[in-house]
Amino acid sequence: MIKLEQVRRDFKVGDQIVHALDDINLEIAAGEYVSIMGPSGSGKSTLLNLIGLLDRPTAGRYLLNEEDVTTLSDIEQAVTRNQQIGFVFQAFHLVPRLTAAENVELPLMLAGLPAAERRQRVADTLAALHLTDRAHHKPDQLSGGQRQRVAIARATVTEPRVLLADEPTGNLDHIAGQDVINVLESLNQRDITLLVVTHDLEVGERARRQLKMRDGRIIANQLRGAGDASA
Amino acid sequence: MRPHSRDVSVFAWQALRGYPARTLLMLVAMAIGVAAVVILTSLGEGARRYVTSEFASLGTNLIIVFPGRSETAGINPSTMMGETPRDLTLADAQALTRNYNVRRIAPINVGAAEVSWQSKKREVAIIGTTHEMLAIRHWELAQGRFLPATDLDRATSVCVIGSKIRAELFGPQRALGEWLRIGDRRFRVIGVMGSEGRSIGVDVEDTIMIPVASAQQLFNTPSLFRILVEAKSRDALQTVKQYITETLQQRHQGERDVTVVTQDAVLATFDRILGALTYAVGGIAAISLIVAGILIMNVMLVAVSQRTAEIGLLKALGAAQRQIILLILAEALLLSTLGALAGLFFGQLGSFLIRYAFPIIPAYAPTWAIATAMLVAILTGLLFSILPARRAARLDPVLALARK
Repeated sequence: MIKLEQVRRDFKVGDQIVHALDDINLEIAAGEYVSIMGPSGSGKSTLLNLIGLLDRPTAGRYLLNEEDVTTLSDIEQAVTRNQQIGFVFQAFHLVPRLTAAENVELPLMLAGLPAAERRQRVADTLAALHLTDRAHHKPDQLSGGQRQRVAIARATVTEPRVLLADEPTGNLDHIAGQDVINVLESLNQRDITLLVVTHDLEVGERARRQLKMRDGRIIANQLRGAGDASA
Repeated sequence: MRPHSRDVSVFAWQALRGYPARTLLMLVAMAIGVAAVVILTSLGEGARRYVTSEFASLGTNLIIVFPGRSETAGINPSTMMGETPRDLTLADAQALTRNYNVRRIAPINVGAAEVSWQSKKREVAIIGTTHEMLAIRHWELAQGRFLPATDLDRATSVCVIGSKIRAELFGPQRALGEWLRIGDRRFRVIGVMGSEGRSIGVDVEDTIMIPVASAQQLFNTPSLFRILVEAKSRDALQTVKQYITETLQQRHQGERDVTVVTQDAVLATFDRILGALTYAVGGIAAISLIVAGILIMNVMLVAVSQRTAEIGLLKALGAAQRQIILLILAEALLLSTLGALAGLFFGQLGSFLIRYAFPIIPAYAPTWAIATAMLVAILTGLLFSILPARRAARLDPVLALARK
């Protein structure tokens, strides 16, 4: 499903080149539940952004569903993001002037779906996440956990194959964080590929497959409760 | 994969409502620009219409003859003999009536004289003319009759007075039939002019009219100030003009010593001048539209950096660069259209207030000015938003999302 071959990503900081990702080889099968852990600056977010097509590798190949997506045009990448990838961010990134339902509707609006179909899908998605009674609330009228649920609804309303979560519990208290992780895991049980970047050990260790990164490299790749697995 | 235009405009509208202060500021800037164009061109156009209608009130199909020539001609006998221009006389005026295409003529003589009745005295502008003048100038009488229809050279002692003169000299008393002293002669009041008779150069309310022959005696001069000639139709104007020129040249021993102008020519000149003035004023006002455009660019740039995270999000959700540009331009288009409409409203309100305060000036903004102002406003709004929109589209989504 996701295949990275000798992927590198360099950043220029001043006159120095920083290797945010250094020769990454990674394969993730459909339906996997993967956590990516590591200290700040280890490249875990860069890896996630790259997989989410928000960033392009400096070198190497990225195959999504056996298709080389690194060479796609801006528009083709946008379509891929819209239809195959869902993002969940630490800061929720809800548009403050729009209601929960309107926020969830955004990706469908960008895709140009007819209004009636959009409304139905938004209602279904909100219902699945127990947000129906919050549909017409603005983000500032929602709790942190509810906001992240709305963000998850927005990420999944297009029924993507991959869900990318970057520190999804980072801005939440423990209980709300648990709730969000439960929601994400229940989505994974319905065959969505789930990648969670976190430096919360408790969250990270729930994943079936756990990657540890340092200095742009994957230094550990293990299955839950087991030893090292091949990358 | 293309958002519907309705969704785009709803999204733009929500974005505008999300930042009311910024939106209001830009609306005001745009509205001021458009309102300035509408008000200033309505003033210019009002002045043009005012002058035009004043000229029209002088009479229609009118030709004006006055002594002296304003253009250089070639050598003719008079050049050699060094003659001065001849006066226009009553006989000249009489001669002009002998043409089929001439409907009426009115010789005019003007001067000022002291007018007295009982113990009241004042200096008044005196017009010597004939009974045809009433019809040529479309004047109306309030009381009595106008000057009698007699031979041009008959100096009868009657006068028609303006309503202001009547009020000042006679007050509440009856003026008709009274004898006035004008200069060293006595005239009987036979009519009072209506008060609406007002036209360029002459304030009818403040003049006294007497037969032209009487005026010549009063001012002791054989010459005329003007001869007004009314042609039978517009088409006949050029024929009549030529006829007048030739007749007077013949009568003045071959010398072309008069100037003949059609009212249309004078009117056309004023029309051109004031029309150009309207364009100029409209153009100057249009500069404020450009200023508004630059303001829109600034505020849009601020808006883009304020909403960096939102733009990053839209990219993550599947908006291509083109769609980001589309969304920002839709916002600008909506904003400048609303601003232009508000400007149109306030502009029209302004010209209405001008008309209300100065009913004499028909201050209506011309359609071309309104259309151009709206178009320029919307186009500048769009044009100056291209740069901010492109900047937004090129934002790196990773960096944009990292910002809060």
